[in-house]
Parts: sequence; structure tokens; C-alpha cells
Amino acid sequence: MLRFVALRLARALATVIAVMTFAFVVLRLSGDPAQVMLGPDVPQEAVEAFRRSWGLDAPLWQQYLAYLGAIFRGDFGVSMRDHSPALALVLERVPATLQLTIPALILKLGLGIPAGVYAALHRDSLIDRGVILLAVAGFTIPSFVLGLVLVLIFAVTLGVLPSGGSGTWVHGILPTLTISIGGIGVLARFSRSAMIEVMGQPYIRTAAAKGVKWRNVVRGHALPNAAVPIVTLVGFMVGSLIAGAVVVETIFSWPGIGRLLIVSVSNRDLAVVQCILLLIAAVMVVSNLVVDLLYGALDPRLRAQPTT
Amino acid sequence: MALADILPRTRRLLPAGLPVSVALSLFWLAAMLICAALADLLRPYPITRMDLAARLAPPLTPHHWLGTDELGRDVLSRLIQSVRVSLVIAFGATILSAVFGTTLGFLAAKARGWVEHAVVMLADFQAALPFLIMALAVLAFFGSSMPLLVGLMGFYGWERYARIARGLAISAGAQGYAAAVVQLGASPARVYLRHILPNVASTLIVSMTLTFPEIVLMESGLSFLGLGVQPPETSLGNMVGFGRDYLTTAPWIMLAPAVVITLTTLSISLAGDWLRDRLDPTIR
Repeated sequence: MLRFVALRLARALATVIAVMTFAFVVLRLSGDPAQVMLGPDVPQEAVEAFRRSWGLDAPLWQQYLAYLGAIFRGDFGVSMRDHSPALALVLERVPATLQLTIPALILKLGLGIPAGVYAALHRDSLIDRGVILLAVAGFTIPSFVLGLVLVLIFAVTLGVLPSGGSGTWVHGILPTLTISIGGIGVLARFSRSAMIEVMGQPYIRTAAAKGVKWRNVVRGHALPNAAVPIVTLVGFMVGSLIAGAVVVETIFSWPGIGRLLIVSVSNRDLAVVQCILLLIAAVMVVSNLVVDLLYGALDPRLRAQPTT
Repeated sequence: MALADILPRTRRLLPAGLPVSVALSLFWLAAMLICAALADLLRPYPITRMDLAARLAPPLTPHHWLGTDELGRDVLSRLIQSVRVSLVIAFGATILSAVFGTTLGFLAAKARGWVEHAVVMLADFQAALPFLIMALAVLAFFGSSMPLLVGLMGFYGWERYARIARGLAISAGAQGYAAAVVQLGASPARVYLRHILPNVASTLIVSMTLTFPEIVLMESGLSFLGLGVQPPETSLGNMVGFGRDYLTTAPWIMLAPAVVITLTTLSISLAGDWLRDRLDPTIR
């Protein structure tokens, strides 16, 4: 078990370093930040001074090592725009994003899984077909279309909800709905097929045949087994709590990480973009790690063969 | 005639075992393909032709059946061209990503050792960084162009093909037929392309039907954010993005492409599910 955890940790660390390298390569090789920040009409001396002060005049590999070293010391650099620490800028936007994505996650779990399980237990019924249709429709509508259609209905036509902005919980309703609908569809469909697969297993037939009450077969035998694949998907959803709202925040002018990313990307604010990329990847990697460790707890078979 | 009477009748017209929803999906997809292939013939006007006398004309205006936008450009013409652009990008990217991912997966299965570790690590990296975020960073810093966009979208989902291809190739390699052709002296390329690939193709094709609508959504999302297809060229997401400014006064500019995107991805999902049930032996 210890070996398994150590292996997973090493892989997680390697992934984070890969993301750091990616951020460095893309952001440094795509052009000269000095030119972009200062504009075309600046004297050469000013450009040189700017590059010296940001360490952009050193060879690339030195810049790379300095960059990795700084990150491991917890120094994410300062925003090139307003010279405040990038990490602080990014972290202060996190609560706003979580205000949308956590309620959305609760909606996804609370509606998606029960709908999928119910549909699986009443396979081919009218409700089952309805669930499938709604689920497929839910995750095939792009979030920007869904968001704009919701604005058209509830803000423009009915005038009952604000079309954008933030401040009160009412502002959060449409963005939260927009984020959650796709996820509800995905989870409903996934839970349904996981549950159907489990219900076809011999041990369910055995349990039913030896006279266990149907309710207990579902609760005690089917649900725990169907939970294993569902947990993977939920782990992925938890991992995208930070990253999952880029488009929706843009539509609804919500001051979260996604808006900050889009703004920083168009300003070419290297430090802030790097910091957001790393934060997103770190959250994803940690939640994947937790899922892997949870597997051991959920599925005794995986404990027996820890290295796979 | 009541709906209940029509349904069984139309069902009789369809090949046996083809559900109505799948038939409708296939019909819609065929229409979209024709639209993309014959865009130049079907388009009533050039996409940049402005009719300044008829700006923001509502749908069903004579000569502009889906209305016009803020510059008086015909929405139907732009829609037809957008379908072509979006589908071409999605097709190109799907094929790129399938070839790239499958090649890496086979390579990992053949070479094992550190090559395999490297491929698995790259796949981990791809899975850890949401594609939209990665694409945003690349496009914003390199500027968006058509080849870059297709190339970038060609990385979408490669890690899934790589994982599937690696897993399937390893298990196929352990079977008699692969060992037999190796014993006969076939080169690795021949073993993988002529013998193993056909045996694992159905699973990979199913994977492509899953990736395709996601690529359509990803491209339209990027174009919506202004980082994908650039004006004067038009794509479905790009139309929705620009139509958004006229949501209150001229919602049809945004609704027409929105409906097309949704119906197309929905159709591919329905048809893909049906195909998967028939092709994929692992879920039977």
C-alpha cells in the first residue's frame, strides 16, 4: 500500500512539473513580453531595462531553472500589469468561482446520480427514456448557448433574473444552472450505465435468489459496486471546480478565475496566466490522487494488487 | 392523421432495428454534410456581402429567410459557410487526434520500457490540464490561425486513443494470431497496421464518434470567446459570439447557429451511441 501511494505521488509530481514546463515553454517562446507590455514606440534602452528587471535577458535554460526554483519556494512572481503578487491576485478570485461551481456540483450529484440510478432500475420505462433524452440533450448543448438562451428567457423576456454581474445570490442563479445542466446529464447517463452493468452481474441474481429483499439488494449489493466508476467521474468534476467556469463566467461577467484568465491572456500577463494554469493543474492532480486512493477503500480487489 | 398513426407507419419505412431518433439524427447529419460539401452552391449570397438597406432584418424577410445581422449580411449564407468551416475543422482534428493517439499507443505497446512511461506521463499531463485552458493559453499567445487551430484541436482527446490503443494492442499481442504473424517474420509495422489495427478498429471508431462532437463544441467555444476562427471567416461559435451583442434586439443572429450546433452534436451523440451498441464488443 505504501509503495502504491509513493508511486502515485511521484506520478502526480511529474504531472505538475510537466504542466509548469508547458506553461513556461508556451508563454516564453511565443514572443517578447517586453515588446507587448511596453508597446512598439519605446526606446531600445527602456526595453533592455525592462528585460533585465524581469530576468528576460538570461539564457532560456537559466530562466527555466530560476522559474522552477521560484515556484518551489512559493514565489509565483508579480503581475506585469500592476506589480502585485500573482498568487494573491489569483487566490482572491477563487471564492467567486467556488460560489458558482460548488452549488453546481451539489446540483449535479443530487440530481444526476439519483436520476441515473432510478432510470437503470426502471429500464426501458417511459421515465428511463425521458431521463436518457434529457441527459443527452443536457450535455450536448454547449454551455455558451445554454447560458445565452437562459438569459434570453429569464432576463430578457421574463425579466425576473439579472443577465449578468455579481453581488447578490440572485446573480448566481443563471450561471450555476448553466454550469450544472451539462454535468447532471453526464452523471445521469453514466450512473445509469454503471448501474445497469452491475444489475446484470451474477452476484445480484444470487442475492435476489437467496431471498434478500429487493431494496436491500439495490442498497447493499448494487449501489456500492456501481459507486466505483461513478467516483472516478465525480473526482474529475471536483478537479474542474476551478477550471469549469471559464466560458460561463465570461457570459455572465462573473469576477472569478475564468474571467481573470481571459483578461490576463489578452494582456499577456505571464505571471498570472502561469499561476492560474498551475492552480488548475494542481487541483486536478490532487483530486485524481484522492480518487485513486479512494479506490483502495471502495474496492477491496484493488487493495490486493496495489501496483496496477 | 394523429401522431400515434404516423409513428408506426414511418417506422415501417425504416430499416429494421433503426430507432426513429437515430434515423432523424442520420438524416440531419447527412443534411449537414451536404451543406458543408456544397456550401458554395447553396449559399444565396457571399458571406461578407452587406445589404445596408436591410440591416437586422428579422427571419422570413423575403430574400433573407433567416434574417440579416447588424451589417445586413445574410444569416442563412453565413450559417451555411459556418457549418462547412466548423465541420472541416472538426473532421481534420478528429482524424489527426485519432492517428496521433493510436500511433503513440501502439508505440508504447511495442516498445514498453521508458517509451511507455513517457507516453503514459504525457497522457497524464493532458488529462490534468483541461483542454480549453491549454488551448486558450496557446491561441492567445501565438495568435489564432486556421492551421494552428486545426493542429491544436488535433491534440484533443489523443490521450484516450493512446490509452485504448495501448491496452488493446498489449492484449492483442498476447493472442495467437499476432504471435503467429510475428513468427512468420512480419515486420512490426505490418503486424500493427495489417493485423492488430483491424481487430481494434471498432473500439477506436466508437471513440471517434465520442470525440467528434466534443471537438465541435470545443472549437465553437473557442470561437465564441473570440480565440478560434477569426473574422471575416465565420464559424458556428463565432456567429453565436458576435450575435450575443444583439441578444435583445436581434436574437435570431445567435439562435440560428446555436440551434445548428446543438442539433448536430445531439445527432452525433445519438447516432454514435447506436453505433457503439452495434460495434463495441466490450459492452455487449
